[in-house]
Amino acid sequence: MNSNALADQAHQLAGNANDLAHRLDTLSSIAAPAAAAAEPFIYLLTIFLLACFVGYYVVWNVTPALHSPLMAVTNGISSVIIVGAMLATGLSHGFLPHLFGFLAVTLASVNIFGGFLVTQRMLSMFKSKR
Amino acid sequence: MSSNLTSLLYLIAAVLFILALRGLSSPVTSRRGNQYGMIGMAIAVAATLGRHGMLAEGYIWIVAGILVGGAAGAYVARSIAMTALPQLVAAFHSLVGLAAVFVAAGALNAPAAFNIGLPHHIHTQSLIEMSVGLAIGAITFSGSLIAFAKLQALMKGTPILFRFQHQLNLVLGLVILALIVVFVAQGGPQTVFWVIAVLAMALGFLLIIPIGGADMPVVVSMLNSYSGWAACGIGFTIQNLALIITGALVGASGAILSYVMCKGMNRSIFNVLLGGFGTDSGGVSGAAAGGDRTVKSGNAEDAAFIMKNASKVIIVPGYGMAVAQAQHAVREMADHLKAEGVDVRYAIHPVAGRMPGHMNVLLAEANVPYDDVFELEQINNEFSTADVAYVIGANDVTNPAAKTDTGSAIYGMPILDVEKARTVLFIKRSMASGYAGVDNELFFRPNTMMLFGDAKKMTEEVVQSLDH
Repeated sequence: MNSNALADQAHQLAGNANDLAHRLDTLSSIAAPAAAAAEPFIYLLTIFLLACFVGYYVVWNVTPALHSPLMAVTNGISSVIIVGAMLATGLSHGFLPHLFGFLAVTLASVNIFGGFLVTQRMLSMFKSKR
Repeated sequence: MSSNLTSLLYLIAAVLFILALRGLSSPVTSRRGNQYGMIGMAIAVAATLGRHGMLAEGYIWIVAGILVGGAAGAYVARSIAMTALPQLVAAFHSLVGLAAVFVAAGALNAPAAFNIGLPHHIHTQSLIEMSVGLAIGAITFSGSLIAFAKLQALMKGTPILFRFQHQLNLVLGLVILALIVVFVAQGGPQTVFWVIAVLAMALGFLLIIPIGGADMPVVVSMLNSYSGWAACGIGFTIQNLALIITGALVGASGAILSYVMCKGMNRSIFNVLLGGFGTDSGGVSGAAAGGDRTVKSGNAEDAAFIMKNASKVIIVPGYGMAVAQAQHAVREMADHLKAEGVDVRYAIHPVAGRMPGHMNVLLAEANVPYDDVFELEQINNEFSTADVAYVIGANDVTNPAAKTDTGSAIYGMPILDVEKARTVLFIKRSMASGYAGVDNELFFRPNTMMLFGDAKKMTEEVVQSLDH
């Protein structure tokens, strides 16, 4: 093969690649807004579903003898809803958000302290013979 | 604090919560697990407090809320009697539900705080998530209040039934769905928000009143699950990782517990939720079989004599033990028997008591080592080699009718095979049938001796007799 033909082919290939890149560019510019809109929700949904699976397998491993402490500790951890309450209180102006935030912070705090402490009390009673 | 760091801290908190549940796979690791949970919560709260843009006036409200709520929670957790645990857990569920309602209200009034839009211009998707979280939260709140009232005996445990009850619930559910559509379509009007809240609370109330007192283990587990899904709904609204993950964990946990409880009764979740179980209609077939057959009854001395000469005794506790607070007396009796060289074990049915694992906690409170306590599948084969089964306040879970009588309300329920023990000592106040309204034919067996009386008093008398 002579060098001229080779150069010709290379030129053609480069042209093709350029064309392809151009098309990809248009394609991605079409797809980008759609992806940006869907992303946060799909991302959260992914985490949610994976967490459901984690929960399923972890909870089946809980020994039945500790089902009461399990319920009490889930009370404690589900009160992480306090995060939402704190943000509503701390990042806003006006009486209503503050009032709702304060009420939710208070209720969640009852659960956080109550849930974890009563779990601790229960668990401290479980003793082995040895 | 940058928002990436905050998110990372929320993720760490969520992982610690998973480890908290993981720890409960064994009593040995459980205490460490609970500490992980507390650390996770501290991290989540600290990350939120340190978040960029928090206002000073907000801090005052937050700190006040944590102090007031924390003090109340700590006080209750320290002072509550272990027999009152089921109602405490129900009360805690209701608080999670109500907190979800208030956070949703906060998000509606201050959407900018969560980046979900401006007042009256909240993103449609956020409105959907918000109203779902609100509705589940409100149902959890009022449903748990009813469960609490039934467990605390503020309200009768008997199912409350009326005509077209289920149709009414269905209509109410559909109205709530329609209102959610209106709420989202109109961009989140306040009035509709609160109407949804009130109707969902009414629905929670109506859903739980037809369910009888002894079905409360299922109800409490189910509300546990609801509280998780409510947290999840709020987590999606405010786009918070820790809340979504935790909500999913709790939701799964409650669902699994409900399944375990239903399986322990051989009933479907729908059968439990539609309610009405444990009313008079349940006992027809059993009562007819009862007739006027004779029962053998004995006293504490007889029981003490039989158990002293036994080599293996299995104790079967039920709700009656919890009511009479007899767990300490039972442990004392077991200690005496062990001193005589008797092999003593405990057998626990999955639905004994008023919440999952209720009996295990009461026995642990009385210092019974957990390696002496066995679940149904672990110990059921051993009744045939036991000399004595000491049944204390457990009726339906030992009733052989569950195996033989196809017409019985409890047919198909897995039971503890106490009948296979050489002697069955059955402590009971009277000959009345159990919660399911089914007579127990075990009472009439030749190898059964009835010990009529209060569970605690009777067991204490047995202990005295053993002393001689």
